[in-house]
Amino acid sequence: MKNRKHIVICEDAKTRITINRKWCKGCEICVEFCPQKTLLMEGDKAVVRDIASCNRCMLCELRCPDFAIEVSEGTGR
Amino acid sequence: MGFDYMKYLREEKMPHIWCPGCGHGIVMKALIRAIDKAGLDQDRVVVVSGIGCVSRMPGYLDFNTLHTTHGRALAFATGVKMADPTLHVIAVMGDGDAVAIGGNHFIHTCRRNIGITTVVANNSIYGMTGGQRSPTTPLGDNTSTTVYGNADPPFDISALAVAAGASYVARTTTYHAQQIERLIVSGFENRGFSLIEVIGPCFVAHGRRNRARYKSNLDMYREEKETAINVTATKGKPQSELMGKVTIGVLHHAPMPEFTDEYQKVIEKATHVRTI
Repeated sequence: MKNRKHIVICEDAKTRITINRKWCKGCEICVEFCPQKTLLMEGDKAVVRDIASCNRCMLCELRCPDFAIEVSEGTGR
Repeated sequence: MGFDYMKYLREEKMPHIWCPGCGHGIVMKALIRAIDKAGLDQDRVVVVSGIGCVSRMPGYLDFNTLHTTHGRALAFATGVKMADPTLHVIAVMGDGDAVAIGGNHFIHTCRRNIGITTVVANNSIYGMTGGQRSPTTPLGDNTSTTVYGNADPPFDISALAVAAGASYVARTTTYHAQQIERLIVSGFENRGFSLIEVIGPCFVAHGRRNRARYKSNLDMYREEKETAINVTATKGKPQSELMGKVTIGVLHHAPMPEFTDEYQKVIEKATHVRTI
């Protein structure tokens, strides 16, 4: 993919959440079933509300039907 | 941490065509993780599908893939498996594909116990063609062909597979994403026919016509969570308590002789007769 503007990365020392805004269809599954309420809807796309609250349970990544959200370990940048 | 799905996806085909909130993407993800976890060689995996929403899956997967005619996924998969029994053959079907038009293929493939791992994504409706009633639509539900409510009781796909003689039968829902992966991995380990039924939502074609129960696709996932009960938790419970519940987990596992092994014996016998 040449243009990567649609890839939004939110990161802290522990966590890195990558959201592909082009693939996200706004079904709200990740927002609804996040036990920490880390995510929220902004318009018709999911965004990170508070990265520090994420406990990396991976449920959003497991349940995202559109391969649009990815949780990995933060690099501290 | 952070699973690399891109290794198994045809990225240029993405994003997929499934509607927002559709469970088929969750099934596809779980299948990818299961293949990775089982350590199957990407070039030795064959994914076969029929026609329907979920049957679009092989188009997005970077394995050997075969998109065939309606209901005939198992017929084609049987051919592939017979041609080379060392291949890992996976059939992906919807409920209409598996138990409506392909019902006969389904029961006889179960009976034959050929080494095909079958994932049936059961969303209780014909989604692609406009939400017609399928054989798994719950009693009383509105669909585009049953506008005053469905009068037919639905099929229980897992019970049908057990009765038809499948050696491994498991059921789960799209809400239980990790369990789908685990059940598919144990399906791979079973030598013979393995059925994994995944109950999923179709908000656009099914939920939308039953607004009294489902305000959004999320209500369908919540219902899956609330109605599911693990098979280990059902032991000793009276039947009245299990009414309206969906039993999930490994429902049946009884190892049996596998068809390609048995057929190899026939080949050896026939070859021996001819040389005399």
